[in-house]
Amino acid sequence: MTPATGRELEPLRSGSTGSANVSVPITFIVPSRGWVPLKLGELWDYRELLYFLTWREIKVRYKQTVLGVGWAIIQPLSTMLIFSLFFGKLAKIPSDHIPYPLFAMAGLVPWTFFANGLSQSANSIVTSSNLISKVYFPRIAIPLAEILSGAVDFAISFVLLLGMMAYYHQAPSLRCIYLPLFFLLAFVTALGVGLWLSALNVEYRDVRYTIPFLTQFWMFATPIVYPSSLLHGAWRVAYGLNPMVGVVEGFRWALVGTETAPGPMIAVSSSAAVLILAGGAFYFRRMEKSFADVV
Amino acid sequence: MSEIAIRVENLGKQYRIGALQQGGEHFSYKSLRDSIARAASAPFRGRDKAAARERTIWALRDVSFEVTRGEIVGVIGRNGAGKSTLLKILSRITEPSEGHAEIHGRTGSLLEVGTGFHPELTGRDNVYLNGSILGMKHAEIARQFDAIVAFAEVEKFIDTPVKHYSSGMYLRLAFAVAAHLQTEVLLVDEVLAVGDLQFQEKCLGKMRDVASAGRTVLFVSHSISSVQRLCNRALLFSGGRLTLDSSPEAAIAEYIGGHLEATYIEAPSASQPVITRAALLLQDQTLLLSVEFQSPFPLSPPVLSFVMHNSLGAPVFGTHNYADPTSPAVPAASAGRFEIAIPAGNFRPDRYLFSLQLSDLYTDHCAREMALQIDLTGNVGGELPPQFFGNIYLPTTWSYEAMDPKPTS
Repeated sequence: MTPATGRELEPLRSGSTGSANVSVPITFIVPSRGWVPLKLGELWDYRELLYFLTWREIKVRYKQTVLGVGWAIIQPLSTMLIFSLFFGKLAKIPSDHIPYPLFAMAGLVPWTFFANGLSQSANSIVTSSNLISKVYFPRIAIPLAEILSGAVDFAISFVLLLGMMAYYHQAPSLRCIYLPLFFLLAFVTALGVGLWLSALNVEYRDVRYTIPFLTQFWMFATPIVYPSSLLHGAWRVAYGLNPMVGVVEGFRWALVGTETAPGPMIAVSSSAAVLILAGGAFYFRRMEKSFADVV
Repeated sequence: MSEIAIRVENLGKQYRIGALQQGGEHFSYKSLRDSIARAASAPFRGRDKAAARERTIWALRDVSFEVTRGEIVGVIGRNGAGKSTLLKILSRITEPSEGHAEIHGRTGSLLEVGTGFHPELTGRDNVYLNGSILGMKHAEIARQFDAIVAFAEVEKFIDTPVKHYSSGMYLRLAFAVAAHLQTEVLLVDEVLAVGDLQFQEKCLGKMRDVASAGRTVLFVSHSISSVQRLCNRALLFSGGRLTLDSSPEAAIAEYIGGHLEATYIEAPSASQPVITRAALLLQDQTLLLSVEFQSPFPLSPPVLSFVMHNSLGAPVFGTHNYADPTSPAVPAASAGRFEIAIPAGNFRPDRYLFSLQLSDLYTDHCAREMALQIDLTGNVGGELPPQFFGNIYLPTTWSYEAMDPKPTS
């Protein structure tokens, strides 16, 4: 029997008095060593809880605020305005032949989803310490709920983006059927990094303080302010190791139709994202068993 | 046919207690800075293992027992004995360090009421949220919603944000959700120790219903009366080990005071007043308490208080020589002996514990909780009625006359 915690079986109980064939789940509790299987099936069992945790995040976020959901738009909107003024007008950075504000916004919308998901999930395990020390459920639901709740903000700012496209008379290209794929890539990246950071933060509390610096640095390593066409050849492919490069460029390409086709860069980005997610998931599961003791 | 609901074998849990170099008992958070610095200096540190070694304690060691379906088992023990750790392991919140356990059937854990309650959400939202956290499905919660709200008696406020609830309403609602869990196995950790007496009675009643429905309950509690009333079996934990697995009465007796005596002796001190000797003696229908004290400076005047507690720890009677008019005035002194005669004829047969305190007019000097115990068994008074409530019988007189009923509508 491989050591694992909380593995559930469904044996048929034959020979019991009264109700035959009543299956009763048996939970085995054993110490586990080292790497632990992901047990995604269990997460599916707890999908209702995941829904409630996400719903709670969304509902509570804008309660008792004056602007309410407007806050979802203000962050990317104000950033876009500043960028358009300083990088677009004054520094005259090229923008792949579309108006700079649109260029910046198309990058900011998926970026904001990623960055907010990241910063909220990084500290999520620590702030949910009361839940973790009192109730059992797959802990992965906590950072997952944080990132999922950002999808609502994403949807709202996406509507704003569509509005901007209308303003600039830019019709959406036919390639916008690929948009969900790039959103998924952003989600996978956010979740992967979020899992790493939230698990690390439980043990090393200063991880939380690196988040603002990390997102700032990461933003400039992503082609939001500038186009990736500034890089050429092998550099471009290496640049794709930042999964958000694939997300932002792909998002822009699919929606607005920039001339820069992502190509091999996307492949590199996607592989990087999947690797980060897999690594994050296993690391998180390995550390999960000590969360309740340390948090 | 009895089926196993819970089986625990050689369960053990080890905790780290902070690095010695940090001093103190608290587990301090690691920081990346420290870890990197320590890793960088590792080749230079050589065999300096002592500084890096962390103390460990076994919160649980070698625990084995079985619970069959339908049993209600109480778990008692002092603070730090390992009771909550056991429940945490069985609830899969933390992992055992050794041994294993199995639970047959769905498990519901009540380690706290109101887990996950968010103050900004309404009562209704929180019922669904909390129910989901406890493991109930949405359909199940919807089905039981009215029963939950009725039990909590908060119908009028169910759509108000919970932050506006009084603490009583909050607790009632939180407990109501937990009380409607339909799992086969329930693990309960001292959650009944909240709320006012009336609420606690309600919770106890609900727990009794749960128990009689054939579900298995493992119930950690400090309330000895709850354990007595609900459980048919009790596990006594001490220092992380299971020391007794027996009837509630036996376990409680062992828990309260296998080690308490009717005599108490302590050495006098050069720095502060001390009760040096105390003894209890039952003579006919009188309880004689004698207390000697010694103090490095004169107490003016010495004041001796005592409080009698019943076996549940509830105070039953107490007084001190300064308040009691029957006591002679005591002049200032550095050493002395009090002899107190307490009429014992009206006490319920029970085990009684005495707490003593030595003070002077303004300062408390020496307090000894539950220092002495004595069993007043049999019928000390000889003429106590078989049934009354409380520990002291007061000879009440009753009279009655019939009346004509008044019209009601």
